[in-house]
Amino acid sequence: MTDMHYSLPDARGHFGPYGGVFVAETLMPALAELRAAYEASRAEPAFIAEFESELKHYVGRPSPVYYARRLSEHLGGARIVLKREDLNHTGAHKVNNCIGQALLARRMGKPRVIAETGAGQHGVATATVAARYGFKCVVYMGSEDIGRQAANVYRMKLLGATVVPVESGSKTLKDAMNEAMRDWVTNVSDTFYIIGTVAGPHPYPMIVRDFQTVIGKECLAQMPEAFGRQPDAVIACVGGGSNAMGIFHPYIAHENVRLIGVEAAGEGIASGRHAAPLTANAKTGVLHGNRTYLMQDENGQIVETHSISAGLDYPGVGPEHAWLKDSGRAEYVAATDGEALEAFHALCRFEGIIPALESSHAVAHAMKIAPTLGRDKLLLVNLSGRGDKDIHTVGERSGIRF
Amino acid sequence: MSRIQSVFQSLQAAGRKALIPFITAGDPDGELTVPFMRALVAGGADIIELGVPFSDPMADGPTIQRASERALAGGMSLSRVLDIVREFRAGDATTPVVLMGYANPIEAMGHAAFTAAAREAGVDGVLVVDYPPEECAEFTAGLRAAGLDQIFMLAPTSPEQRFRDVAQAGGGYIYYVSLKGVTGAANIDFDELGRRIPRIRAAVGMPVSVGFGIRDAASAKKIGALADAVVIGSRIVEEIEASPRERAAAQVETFVRGIRRALDEITIGATA
Repeated sequence: MTDMHYSLPDARGHFGPYGGVFVAETLMPALAELRAAYEASRAEPAFIAEFESELKHYVGRPSPVYYARRLSEHLGGARIVLKREDLNHTGAHKVNNCIGQALLARRMGKPRVIAETGAGQHGVATATVAARYGFKCVVYMGSEDIGRQAANVYRMKLLGATVVPVESGSKTLKDAMNEAMRDWVTNVSDTFYIIGTVAGPHPYPMIVRDFQTVIGKECLAQMPEAFGRQPDAVIACVGGGSNAMGIFHPYIAHENVRLIGVEAAGEGIASGRHAAPLTANAKTGVLHGNRTYLMQDENGQIVETHSISAGLDYPGVGPEHAWLKDSGRAEYVAATDGEALEAFHALCRFEGIIPALESSHAVAHAMKIAPTLGRDKLLLVNLSGRGDKDIHTVGERSGIRF
Repeated sequence: MSRIQSVFQSLQAAGRKALIPFITAGDPDGELTVPFMRALVAGGADIIELGVPFSDPMADGPTIQRASERALAGGMSLSRVLDIVREFRAGDATTPVVLMGYANPIEAMGHAAFTAAAREAGVDGVLVVDYPPEECAEFTAGLRAAGLDQIFMLAPTSPEQRFRDVAQAGGGYIYYVSLKGVTGAANIDFDELGRRIPRIRAAVGMPVSVGFGIRDAASAKKIGALADAVVIGSRIVEEIEASPRERAAAQVETFVRGIRRALDEITIGATA
């Protein structure tokens, strides 16, 4: 750990008032078992060596940092650098965490893995590692998202996973997570739940973050090599917030590096149709095993969220982000559907990179602030995934049917 | 002595088992909930568990999920649930009411405000599925100070060293989850229950109820022979779902009476 001052979560999984283990009794022992397995694993050089070797040879790490010269020059201001998580095997950062949790599952002797997915990236990554390590795999996905992400659904099936459509509630990511929890509580003895984001009950927010910090650790070494110094700001999109935690965490100790999380403003914060609990200063509450900022009505019912990107369409946010907001170490802003689409097209045209709609939110914010900053400033944007999965959504906005 | 304690005490003296039916408040609409509660009592309920609907009922199976969705669609909320309890209490001073639900509606109301309002409305106990004792010490203390029992769960996965700790944090009774799964599932392992329940009863020093997956008189009777109380929920919600509005209360009463009769066939001393 590079930071002597920051050692959260505490032993019970709390980030200040956030996080914790808010689950039904049946799962309490399973989470204790997972904590013990993780604590033992991360102290073992052999476990870490295998994780690193898998990331290198299977995922294709390290992912490069790339100077988006034409986009930066077009905007005229700060230089924009992209951390290319889109180049990972399976096309997004999600696989980093899935490899780590699959190694834990194997160590714990669990033959079956389950996952929830929104955009389908985490589902694909889970199905991928399940094939790689020989696990049975079931992925829960809201039926609304299945409609938006047909290609990813087929990808999961090709990889041998069973995709279960979730018809309850808003039929999106949060409902998929409810259903995965119900599966886990039923099959807890032989099943490992691979949570895809830095939410859920402790130890998940910590485990997922730790496996994703490979992103930020690589940047810490790559930025001085390629650009002579660390960036002035690190920018990442935040749904649950795993790619953001992965790139932020190693930079927390670098106090002069701004950390900027970009949530989904959907049709605008004022419209109420968004998925930006931090930016909108939502009330805090308890959902999916942890305490955090939550989009809810005055009676504590979780409300439906909206984002053009299924991966950001979630009413909560990882508890560590809640803590980073309150402590002031990170700033949280939001980009609308329209701004994300504009960034999507800009990156296609200026750099020949088709970004995921999720990541396009981070690019959108970089495009917003770059012109206001001098050419000597350096913005590091986590390009968390590629956008092949989104071409239908984007095409439809332009009136194109496939 | 709390209403819950005195119910268990008099049942024990009579050698009878407690029947604890569950319904979701506001299902299918708020008008029917008090009549349903009275029907439960008429059918032989000793304690009523009243579900507080939540948008994301992670521990519930499809039946109670649908009940929650119907209730929320009709505008049910925690404060309206408390109004329902108040109305029920006006006509029934003896049957304990336990609210069962999830943490977030209570967090939204605020712990202190909820505790005061629940006490004032005539609530006797509170079971919050996603509040394990570790995460709600301040809430627990507030309830205790207000004279309300916080009911905690134990599960097939709970290690024995946890029995006593969970019991010490709670009051009223222990809710033992009969199976690994969600409400309304149907895979109870009666042999396993037969081994677990006596050990739990010995450790916790308070009545033990068993719920999840009890679907009929026969399974209720088997559970009743092992435990102090039987909780039955999804099956009653199914009765409500399947009955025409005007006949639903009578249907609920008939169903509960059948379970009551089965429990009363259990002979005194069978659990000793």
